[in-house]
Amino acid sequence: MEFVDNFWFQLVLKLAGILGVVLTGALVVIYAELKIGSHMQTRIGPYYAGGRWGWAQPLADGLKFLQKEDLSPTGSDRTVYGFAPYVVMMATIAVFVVVPFGPDMVGANLDLGAFYLLAISSLSVLGVLMAGWSSANKYSLIGGLRAAAQLIAYELPLVLAVVAVVIQAGTMSLNGIVDAQQQTWFTIGSFNISAPFIIQGQILGFAIFMIAAVAELSRIPFDMPIAESELTMGYLTEYSGIRFTMFFLGEYASMISLSAIAATLYLGGYAVPGVHGNIVNLLGPGVLLTKVAILVFVIIWIRWTWPRLREDQLQTLAWTWLIPLALLNIAIVSIFKVVF
Amino acid sequence: MTTPEMIHRSETAVSIELQTPDMTLNIGPQHPSTHGVLRLVANIDGERVTDVEPVIGYMHRGYEKLSEVRTYAQITALVNRIDWVSGFANEVPFIAGVEKLMGVEVPERAQWIRLILSELARISSHLVFMSSYPLELGATTPLMHSLREREYILELIEEVTGGRFHPNFNRVGGVKPAYGGGSTTKKQSMDLPEGFFQRTADAMDRMDVICDDIDQLVTGNELIKMRTVGVGVIPGSKALEYGLTGPNLRASGVAYDLRKADPYLTYDQVDFDVAWRPEGDCYDRYVVRLEEIRQSARIVRQAIDKIPSGPLQAKVPRVLKAPKGQVYSRAENPKGEFGYFIVSEGGKIPYRLKIRSTSFSNLSILPWILKGQLVPDLVAIMGSLDFVLGDVDR
Repeated sequence: MEFVDNFWFQLVLKLAGILGVVLTGALVVIYAELKIGSHMQTRIGPYYAGGRWGWAQPLADGLKFLQKEDLSPTGSDRTVYGFAPYVVMMATIAVFVVVPFGPDMVGANLDLGAFYLLAISSLSVLGVLMAGWSSANKYSLIGGLRAAAQLIAYELPLVLAVVAVVIQAGTMSLNGIVDAQQQTWFTIGSFNISAPFIIQGQILGFAIFMIAAVAELSRIPFDMPIAESELTMGYLTEYSGIRFTMFFLGEYASMISLSAIAATLYLGGYAVPGVHGNIVNLLGPGVLLTKVAILVFVIIWIRWTWPRLREDQLQTLAWTWLIPLALLNIAIVSIFKVVF
Repeated sequence: MTTPEMIHRSETAVSIELQTPDMTLNIGPQHPSTHGVLRLVANIDGERVTDVEPVIGYMHRGYEKLSEVRTYAQITALVNRIDWVSGFANEVPFIAGVEKLMGVEVPERAQWIRLILSELARISSHLVFMSSYPLELGATTPLMHSLREREYILELIEEVTGGRFHPNFNRVGGVKPAYGGGSTTKKQSMDLPEGFFQRTADAMDRMDVICDDIDQLVTGNELIKMRTVGVGVIPGSKALEYGLTGPNLRASGVAYDLRKADPYLTYDQVDFDVAWRPEGDCYDRYVVRLEEIRQSARIVRQAIDKIPSGPLQAKVPRVLKAPKGQVYSRAENPKGEFGYFIVSEGGKIPYRLKIRSTSFSNLSILPWILKGQLVPDLVAIMGSLDFVLGDVDR
């Protein structure tokens, strides 16, 4: 069993695992969005592709995109324009490095895991800004600038919500945070009760995190950077073919990554109550992905239900509601941490 | 030490360096929210629209000119293509004008049928608005629900007239039944399909239900309210100055409805309320249209009770010739006052046909109302005016 501990072997295994989760996960989420959205709209949705239930529709769409011509508009900055989708994709994939699927099933158990993922997840906006700037299109430019404004407004509540979790857990390592949620919260007689942070008073933080996450994903009701009815497709207007596919996959992959983070921080991550030892490595991914699926469903549900906010209303929401509430949340969590 | 002059000088220097000229944004003719091919040349300062100039004419089909070489019967096929989401309603004022010019008396049953179908066209037009307006605000789902309900209305129209959008159902002196050997043959005068009135009444009950559904899903939605309440306010006086009619005018507190003010067909025999709201913002324009669907359903139900039996077609000569003269005929269409000014020099074809289309007049307020708005509000306001480009350009 010596080769299992080999660095290169582990690296290949982890890369394959993360890429597999990201790409197949994104395809599954795209399919889920097609189907769930259809049923919410009293439609059937994909039906024929793949034989049954249209399961192969995302693959067919992907193949179609691959065949399309990769256009870049006249006057665009070719280098930046071509590189932007990969920045978005890279930032999305890099988040998965620290997401723990089990006690040992993690790309890298960084001590500063929470810090790392906040830093890396805001990188994708850089790609969006690059796309908006280099497209040589006014709609793209407005879309890119809106994305930047949105980032500033929403990164703060996101960070503040995570800070409260870090205070409660006493660690920034994501594995540590999962472990902290398995510690005994209180005891009734001889029963040790442990609960995920959402039950341990973090419901406000969870709500703030999810709102900020949807804004970060720029999905309805916070899809102003794309805003089809206003900006045609915002920063995506000029993209076609494989580069558009990258953006598209990136959006759905980051849905998974942000849901996975939320599940890890607030919903107990991979942990199964009452189960310890090596078996958790086996069950963990399934448990985490179930929680991710629930959160992804909620995000899809929101998208097909609500209209879009206006840019200034989003800023108002972020600065006058979410940030003060997040600070309040931190204060409450800190007081409880010190007193009890 | 800084003196006031120095501060002043440094401020001017900065303002010269950081000049931020307005950006000219060309919205349309191909753009998702311009309802076809409207083009707006907007000057924007950041997200704020400083100036906007609508450019129309991308869908000009020359109907007024085409009418000058067509007989009166042929023109009905043109006019129902002006505002294609309410095709039947466009025919009524034109054919009424021709009848007035020729002095033809229309049988009462035909008038009631015109009234019913006009109201069905109104419902279908407003349901298109109910579907497209939330879409412009970013809500994708109401689109499907409203369009599904519109399908019931279109089926009814198709059942009677044979066409979903372009019925071409009116004839000078009456209406043409959907099937059979033609109404002018003396032997068999055909009537509407059997059971039509029952199915219409059922559909109207359905409309009440769907209006309640839309109320729950869209009208009460907090985000819809955030996006529409207080946005794009048109005061009643401004609305009158710019010649706004229809729901856009009634939402500004002017309860002016031709069906009440100048009753045509048999509108004086039915009981209904003019839907109006005082504020004049996007939300009110939306609510007025929703209320009009309910009122239309009410009108249709009464019409079904009151419709007399009798012929559908008056006796008219085979070759229709209008005497010399001119007439202006108008009606309350789903989008507002729709009028035709027909000038006849005698003969089979009109000398001149001037179409007063609703959307063209309603659109004229765009430069005034869009000035100083945000880009997202521009879309919300444009959608709330509910125009159709075919109606603007003709």
